[in-house]
Amino acid sequence: MIEPVFDLTIIWAVIIAFGVIMYVLMDGFDLGQGILFPFAPSEDARDVMMNSVAPVWDGNETWLILGGTGLLAAFPLVYAVFLPALYIGVFLMLAGLIFRGVAFEFRFKAKSSRYLWNWSFAIGSTLAAFAQGAVVGAYIQGFAVADFVYIGGAFDWLTPFTVLTGLGLVAGYALLGSTWLILKSEGDIQAWAYRITPWLLIAVLVVFAFVSVWTPFIDPFVADRWFSGMSYIWLLPLLALLCAFWLMRSVHQRRDGSPFVATMGMFIFTYLGLIASKFPYVVPPNYTLWDAASAHESQLFLLLGLLFVIPIVLVYTAWTYWVFRGKVKADVGYH
Amino acid sequence: MELDPVLLSRIQFAFVVSFHAIFPVFTIGLASYIALLEGLSLKTGNPVWERLSRFWIQVFAVVFGMGVVSGIVMAFQFGTNWSVFSYTTANFLGPVLSYEVITAFFLEAAFLGVLLFGRNKVPQGIHFLSAVMVALGTFISSFWILSANSWMHTPAGVEMQNGLIYVTSWTEAIFNPSLWVRFFHMALASFLTGAFVVCGVSAWYILRKKDTDVHKKALSMSLWLILIAVPAQIYVGHEHGVNSFEHQPMKVAAMEGAWETKTNAPLVLFAIPDQENQRNRFEVAIPGLASLVLTHDFEGEVPGLNEIPREMQPPVAIVFFAFRIMVGIGVIMLFFAIAGLVLRRNGAYARTPWFLNGLKWMAFSPFIAVLAGWFVTEVGRAPWLIYEVMTHSEGITPSLTGGMALFTLIGYIVVYALVFAAGIYYLLRVIASGVMSENDLRESHSHQRAKRPLSAADANWDEEHTS
Ligand code: HDD
Ligand code: HEM
Ligand code: HEM
Repeated sequence: MIEPVFDLTIIWAVIIAFGVIMYVLMDGFDLGQGILFPFAPSEDARDVMMNSVAPVWDGNETWLILGGTGLLAAFPLVYAVFLPALYIGVFLMLAGLIFRGVAFEFRFKAKSSRYLWNWSFAIGSTLAAFAQGAVVGAYIQGFAVADFVYIGGAFDWLTPFTVLTGLGLVAGYALLGSTWLILKSEGDIQAWAYRITPWLLIAVLVVFAFVSVWTPFIDPFVADRWFSGMSYIWLLPLLALLCAFWLMRSVHQRRDGSPFVATMGMFIFTYLGLIASKFPYVVPPNYTLWDAASAHESQLFLLLGLLFVIPIVLVYTAWTYWVFRGKVKADVGYH
Repeated sequence: MELDPVLLSRIQFAFVVSFHAIFPVFTIGLASYIALLEGLSLKTGNPVWERLSRFWIQVFAVVFGMGVVSGIVMAFQFGTNWSVFSYTTANFLGPVLSYEVITAFFLEAAFLGVLLFGRNKVPQGIHFLSAVMVALGTFISSFWILSANSWMHTPAGVEMQNGLIYVTSWTEAIFNPSLWVRFFHMALASFLTGAFVVCGVSAWYILRKKDTDVHKKALSMSLWLILIAVPAQIYVGHEHGVNSFEHQPMKVAAMEGAWETKTNAPLVLFAIPDQENQRNRFEVAIPGLASLVLTHDFEGEVPGLNEIPREMQPPVAIVFFAFRIMVGIGVIMLFFAIAGLVLRRNGAYARTPWFLNGLKWMAFSPFIAVLAGWFVTEVGRAPWLIYEVMTHSEGITPSLTGGMALFTLIGYIVVYALVFAAGIYYLLRVIASGVMSENDLRESHSHQRAKRPLSAADANWDEEHTS
């Protein structure tokens, strides 16, 4: 076997991390539409919210699938431990994604039963967001693993802490959703989105504060990382807070584009903070990236394709966003 | 009673994958048809093509949506219920499934948005290109997933080290011995599904004398496709059988209902396999034909199931009957293909009531054949998950309890039943609302010129059908 000159495992960790944050940001704003759906000021607003994501949601969700298969390819241990450990939670997430996914097509075609698909979209999105937040919490908590196999129970993942992280992600996605709507709408609908954004930001910051204080108690490793030595990682939450500040300012100044960008910034820095807390453990508390990695040949085989294909994917994805650029109206073209 | 997580997981997997499978076979066929219609529209400018295309895109959107959401479930089934299997095979299956995502799913998803919502936002040529990309995506997707599946039937290009699979040759593993027969059999099955559904719906409209001119065109096109694809499918099916005979002889024995190894083996037309006593009841058979079909020689030897112990045999009755259902449908399809050709003269195919009524019902046949075919393939593999490498019970998630598996099984059944019922309901509505009239089409084009895109198809049917 050829000895690799660079560490493929690290490259793969970066790729998976990139895929996950792509998913969170992109599906985040469209799940956010669903979370905000019941509170929308009018049925017209719901049309706009849905139309603003209808052409792109499928592509956004594809990043989730890439996350799943990418883990299987590069870090099979993560795949083979997380999914059994989160068995019930994964089912709830998938059920949520099913109901919200079909709501796009069915709602457009429904008349008297439209309210059903409004609920299906709302509950499905919220459930999926909550389950994903709980996964983050479960990851921070760690898993009962022996000999590379999950040995815990069906509900280990459901604790007060994971409920909190679940609610936190619901609030976070709602914030991504409202700032996206600021970007894509105008008039009354946009005014409503501007109004709710500060409240959503407050909710996110409150959960953020709770989680930050709580996490070091759950995992001494994290406490150690933050409170001894590596002081520069404090930069990350600081930058996240700076983004929050920028978000507030741009909402006050009624800048259509900046709130969404600022929210993405908050997500990115929080996410980097999370990675910094746990690195290099991917199946905490026992297994590192290198324990979880697949064979070098497999990582290399997929990497070659990925380096070639992903740029193309990014280009045509960007192109579709460009095709559907601009403000969305309630009655604008479907099919 | 103790709940068996292995059995429940198998039922769950069979259920969710069967549910998923009925959508792809239809969307693969339909995507190509839509691309063809868009191409014809671009080339000739004849409004018939755009009217047809707009109609079938509406159908496509509903079916594709259900295919996507049920597919996302599949991507996680391996890990939730078959984690040891996933962990063991990750070095091969991980990259293959990931290649499917990056080369196919992103392509489909991105261009789907433009295909469904972009007609008034991009030039017609780009819209056509989007249709082509979606169709291409569906084929790339089936290539990868069938490679993964075929490898589980005919594993190649790998070696076992410390209980894990390592790939020794990517080309041998990806292009494993049963890939191409399976791919072409499945591709043809998809074309047949698309074609028979289009035929059935067109026949239904013609019988009701609604937009006859448009649907006659669609019917004619699909009949030509059927005429080519059915014989091709029967030929590829035969090749598939010969391929399995070489690599999985016990599966073929179950398909044939062959209990004992014989030369000059008979082709069993009908029987009731009795696994208890290892024999057939009520057998009707043609002597020597099975040997001829499988070995191309009357004297060829066909092994029987009693070469392996009872507990290593697949459930014979399921495989046996599912195989006959699939082949039976293939034969009925052939009959309609030939009838369509005979009725060509003077356009009689669009006027002959028994033919049109028959086609109406044949719209369901490909779905049944496809599921039956998968049942042959998959049940016939039992007890192996990966043929002669890993059994079902070795691959199961260790922490999975019967209760958890039962919970999600019931959950998926409930969720899918709701989604399926709603999907059928809205599909029937799309079909009931029909093709948009030529006037409406012209109007929607003038709106477009006035830079005021409007949801033409929807508006049209809201007015017609709200009363
Ligand atoms: C021969 C075809 C075929 C077969 C056997 C399967 N699929 Fe499939 N799948 C497709 C053909 C397809 C497709 C045509 O590409 C779909 C249908 C609708 C769609 O969006 O793409 C799709 C969708 C689809 C999606 C959603 C993609 C998206 O978001 O666009 C996923 C994650 C999967 N599939 C995964 C699977 C898995 C894990 C399977 C195996 C057990 C499987 N599929 C069997
Ligand atoms: C899409 C069409 C497919 C259908 C309708 C289908 C159907 C089935 C059925 C009926 C079983 C149950 C067999 C039994 O329990 O005896 C099964 C098993 C299985 N199939 Fe498939 N299959 C399909 C595609 C695939 C693909 C593409 C893969 C892999 C990449 C796959 C992997 C498996 C696995 C892992 C099992 C074992 C679990 C079980 O026995 O239920 N299948 N499938
Ligand atoms: C009439 C002639 C046909 C023959 C001789 C035939 C033969 C076969 C055989 C031998 C298999 C099992 C492969 C294995 O051993 O794993 C199979 C599977 C299958 N068949 Fe057919 N078939 C025929 C018609 C059809 C038709 C009309 C359809 C659908 C429209 C169809 C769809 C399928 C599917 C989806 C599978 C499972 C996937 C696979 O393994 O390829 N078949 N067929």
